[in-house]
Amino acid sequence: MVSQLTMNERRWAMGILIALSLIGLTMLGAGRGDAFGVHGAIVAAAAIAMIFVVISGYFAPEPGEERLTRYYDDPSKAGIVISMVWAMLGLFVGDWVAWLLAYPNLTFDAPWSSLGRIRPVHTTSIIFGFGGNALIATSFHVLQRTTRARLPDQLSPWFVLLGYNLFCVIAVTGYLMGVTQSKEYAEAEWYADIWLVVVWVTYFAIYLRTLARRKEPHIYVANWYYMAFILAVAMLHIVNNLAVPISLGHAKSYSLFSGVQDAMTQWWYGHNAVAFFLTAGFLGMLYYYLPKRAGRPIFSYRLSIISFWGITFIYMWAGSHHLHYTALPQWVQTLGMTFSVMLLVPSWASAGNALMTLNGAWHKVRDDATLRFMMVAAIFYGLSTFEGSFMAIRPVNALSHYTDWTIGHVHAGAMGWVALITFGSIYAVVPWLWKREAMYSARLIELHFWLALSGTLIYVFAMWNSGITQGLMWRTYNESGTLAYSFVDSLVAMYPYYIARAIGGLLFFLGAIVGFYNIWMTIRTAPAEARASEPDAPALSGARVQPGE
Amino acid sequence: MFGYHYRLERNAIGLVLAIVVAASIGGFVEIAPLFTIDETVEDVPDMRVYTPLELAGRNIYIREGCYACHSQMIRTLRDEVERYGPYSLAVESKYDHPMLWGSKRTGPDLARVGGKYSDEWHVAHLINPRDVVPPSNMPAYAWLQRTPLEVKDLGLHLKALRQVGVPYTDDMIANAAADARNQAMPDDGGAGGLTQRYGEATQIRAFDGNPANVTELDALVAYLQILGRLTDAAYKPAAEGG
Repeated sequence: MVSQLTMNERRWAMGILIALSLIGLTMLGAGRGDAFGVHGAIVAAAAIAMIFVVISGYFAPEPGEERLTRYYDDPSKAGIVISMVWAMLGLFVGDWVAWLLAYPNLTFDAPWSSLGRIRPVHTTSIIFGFGGNALIATSFHVLQRTTRARLPDQLSPWFVLLGYNLFCVIAVTGYLMGVTQSKEYAEAEWYADIWLVVVWVTYFAIYLRTLARRKEPHIYVANWYYMAFILAVAMLHIVNNLAVPISLGHAKSYSLFSGVQDAMTQWWYGHNAVAFFLTAGFLGMLYYYLPKRAGRPIFSYRLSIISFWGITFIYMWAGSHHLHYTALPQWVQTLGMTFSVMLLVPSWASAGNALMTLNGAWHKVRDDATLRFMMVAAIFYGLSTFEGSFMAIRPVNALSHYTDWTIGHVHAGAMGWVALITFGSIYAVVPWLWKREAMYSARLIELHFWLALSGTLIYVFAMWNSGITQGLMWRTYNESGTLAYSFVDSLVAMYPYYIARAIGGLLFFLGAIVGFYNIWMTIRTAPAEARASEPDAPALSGARVQPGE
Repeated sequence: MFGYHYRLERNAIGLVLAIVVAASIGGFVEIAPLFTIDETVEDVPDMRVYTPLELAGRNIYIREGCYACHSQMIRTLRDEVERYGPYSLAVESKYDHPMLWGSKRTGPDLARVGGKYSDEWHVAHLINPRDVVPPSNMPAYAWLQRTPLEVKDLGLHLKALRQVGVPYTDDMIANAAADARNQAMPDDGGAGGLTQRYGEATQIRAFDGNPANVTELDALVAYLQILGRLTDAAYKPAAEGG
């Protein structure tokens, strides 16, 4: 890792790490007796550990100019392994939380292990840990291949990857200590949020600098999505996290917004975290790895233009459908509902474009579990975007809101779409990155596929049943015109579904363990002979190459 | 149109600007007017702020993630009004930074739970929910009773809240820590100026049943008992008509 940095980059790395360790020590001093101090210690420890890593390779010979004839893939490799580590943590904690809802005593009499604190550990580990690292890792890979240009330097990709993971660690350890803003999917406190902005600006700069040096005149569709992901997440993150800390030595802050304005800002953020983090970024993955793996060009270029701008423009209006029948003014609710329904058009255009791309390659879908992961992901994308538009309609939302139906919908998206497209892309990219003939075991990919699919189906069906049952029980009247069921009656009816959901989650977790083992064994096997047929290197001259390659 | 796009996708900065513009419009149209249109939040003169003890309780509610399973937003639907009480008004969360409307009811809505149960019920329920509601799947929060409440920073909390728009006075900020203690330890030499600062209706008692010390349980129960009772605007006929 360090040996690939130039001498100048090694100096910069030392400078950044020394500054970061000083920041950590200052936080430690200012935040004595507060979680802020503990986080200072974590920052300082991480920075000092990295200083030792840099020193150990500091005097290694500098990489020669021949490095510029190859893509820079080491940050992508590290990102994929880190992503799978977060998947292990996030899925384990998620399934633990699921069992807790059926058996609430399956935990310790300690604050950190309480359901309310470990639940955000699950959501953050999956969305930001697993999903975010996979996005960063694949975006670097895709960006270089589709521009035929190498990443601009060796240091900034590592800064983005490791800095981003520092954010994730601060967030997750914070929840265990009770540090949270309570904003869903934006729980991390003010100092972690500021750090993420620094990391994110660097990430965007890498994108622009690589695009500026591209040897392809056109910017490929996948990069539009990765760029929309980076830009929109920056906007959402900065606005929703505006807050005033109680002091510069405390973790606690108070949001700039309150009540109805805060609710609208939060769900503008929350819904578009789904749109631009969990959809746009992963569509970037889909638009590169699915056609590559299928060996077919994207079905329609025009369809991808329509769906891209539709998603980028319309999604931002849809957040208020989380607030139907609340104290939010009705005109905002109506706008949110209208745009949510319109959103079905670009969403299905994307899903259809992906599935039509497989025309002529269906025999590969049958035989190749990696491609099947991506195909099923596109189907779940279509299903959950239809479900989302449907649930955004006010009278439907009257029934579905506040129930497990929402949880089922989210997991149809997160497990069926986000995780499956990620696993498919990882299985495609790992042999390419590590220069292996194929994954260690095709049968283990097959096993993972069926575990993941059955786990997702059990989970989603359990939550559809429980959610609709709940919603109906809450609004059922008896003959004398009073409510037929107490809240506790509806809770008792949930237990069988909660157990089924936990079993579904367990299957999904087992599948991911199989996947991690398979990836690990692939990395450990001997490299294959370089394939001469498919050159995988940046274009050094201005040679024109086929788009989409 | 596609020809125009064919040129746009050759220009990185153009593409970036187009994405930023396309993605900004929706949020701008929906959020900005909420700050400028006066009818968005009802004008209610008797709306009071949280006492320091209630605020500390609210922060425990946030810290423990209670909002993930309990909403605080009764919708304008007949069954919700009959189950939980009058539908929630925007003004009722006017001083909530952030709001805790929630998105999921694994447990019931809590917007109007204040005064619905006794302190003793809340204490027993928080220590082990299954002692009072046998089929409950709520986590037990027994440690709250064992943990003394941290009051020394409450002045800083009030000050930060004043910066974001909650009308705490200098007097309230200066006395925050003492007010928190006095609200939960009434035997400890009276309530000081607590009722002058926060109103005669302020509930002053040993919420966890033990007047000898102030625990996190005191604060959380004090918060739960004030939910829905910061103003009675939702119960007034004018509001019912809406």
